[in-house]
Amino acid sequence: MVISRGFRGRRRDGPPDRVPPGQYLTDDFPVLSAGPTPHTPVEEWTFSIEGGAEPVSWTWDDFRALPSETFTVDIHCVTRWSKLDTVWEGVSVDTLLDAVEHDAAYAVAFCDGGYTTNLPLEDLTGGKAWVAFGYDGLPLEPEHGGPARLLVPHLYFWKSAKWVRGLGLRDEDEPGFWESNGYHLRGDPWLEQRYWGD
Amino acid sequence: MPSSAVIWLSATVAGIVSETPRVRTLELDVPGWPGHRAGQHLDVRLTAEDGYQAQRSYSIASAPDDGVALTVERLDDGEVSPYLVDEAREGDQVEVRGPIGGYFVWDGEEPDPVLLVAGGSGVVPLMAMARHRARAGSPAPMRLLFSSRTLEDVIYREELDELGSRGDGFEVVHTLTLEQPSGWTGYSRRIDRDLLAEVAWPASESPRVYVCGATRFVDAAADGLLELGYDARWIRTERFGATGS
Repeated sequence: MVISRGFRGRRRDGPPDRVPPGQYLTDDFPVLSAGPTPHTPVEEWTFSIEGGAEPVSWTWDDFRALPSETFTVDIHCVTRWSKLDTVWEGVSVDTLLDAVEHDAAYAVAFCDGGYTTNLPLEDLTGGKAWVAFGYDGLPLEPEHGGPARLLVPHLYFWKSAKWVRGLGLRDEDEPGFWESNGYHLRGDPWLEQRYWGD
Repeated sequence: MPSSAVIWLSATVAGIVSETPRVRTLELDVPGWPGHRAGQHLDVRLTAEDGYQAQRSYSIASAPDDGVALTVERLDDGEVSPYLVDEAREGDQVEVRGPIGGYFVWDGEEPDPVLLVAGGSGVVPLMAMARHRARAGSPAPMRLLFSSRTLEDVIYREELDELGSRGDGFEVVHTLTLEQPSGWTGYSRRIDRDLLAEVAWPASESPRVYVCGATRFVDAAADGLLELGYDARWIRTERFGATGS
């Protein structure tokens, strides 16, 4: 083992059953984005699901009229910060997919600004994923993905695509933006699936 | 897509350069390093004697084919950066894994003008691009707009002066936002649309843009460039939050 002489560390690791390997806890909410922050007015916003039997689309008002839930989850960024007990409000992806007839196994989330990320539908269904529009009791800020972002807290946070505008259903897994730029296809923080080959 | 894993490698501190009171550069000797592209980063892992480990990501400051150098700013509530800036000495060992990231990179093969916008230690991956341009003899015009708090906080000041004095198409423009020495002829304010209008390439030249700094800095610079008619697709950003290291 390579020991770094004189290193002790601050040991803010937190509860081991809640902080995945290689992560540290933060109380801040750092921002990571590959380009400028889009500012899409809700009047122009839609959420679409493509690739099913029929394309489906919601306006902001349609979307906000769907049943939503408030939920508390831990989030884990591949850059190593984890944040516990974050409180969100959003629509379950199950609710959205109920409106679509399909036999797909994968999806690609697409976003304002051109970002994409891929997910197996297994990771998007079963009460594990939301399209979130509220954070900590307030409307979601643009820098954190507002008006709405995908939230898939059991995977690294790059999967929780900011400024999400829809899902494309696929038969095969199709690498998204970071997945084409060195990052793992699935991104399970408990397996430390950070990069290609992990 | 390469299938080989990005593995941990032993690295030895081979040289140390003090850049500013809060920032220093560690030159690492990394046998087996696969090479990197300008703008990429790597992960550092420190292991304490009792086996406790901490990992963080750092931008690579050195040009491709010029070894592995990290320039690190001490964050007072940080865990890894205080060790790298204050404690590590020549001969000490850390582990590194990389290179990481395939988007915030500049390979120097395109002739388009390049605008680099740096806030504080956000200059590090952009310096790798400037160094790569100088070493590779790239003809692409490159302009660095660099915001620091005071003259003392300007990272790589002498090297940037030297690169900017060559007359080979590399220019550096400084702004000091907190305090300016007497006789200062650079800018003295935060980067906004008006400052960018004076410094940035005209949108008609379709420049490539790399912006790196704290979140609010990056958003201010990117928003200003969009107002000047830049296409969002030209602008690549890398941000760091209040914590992170």
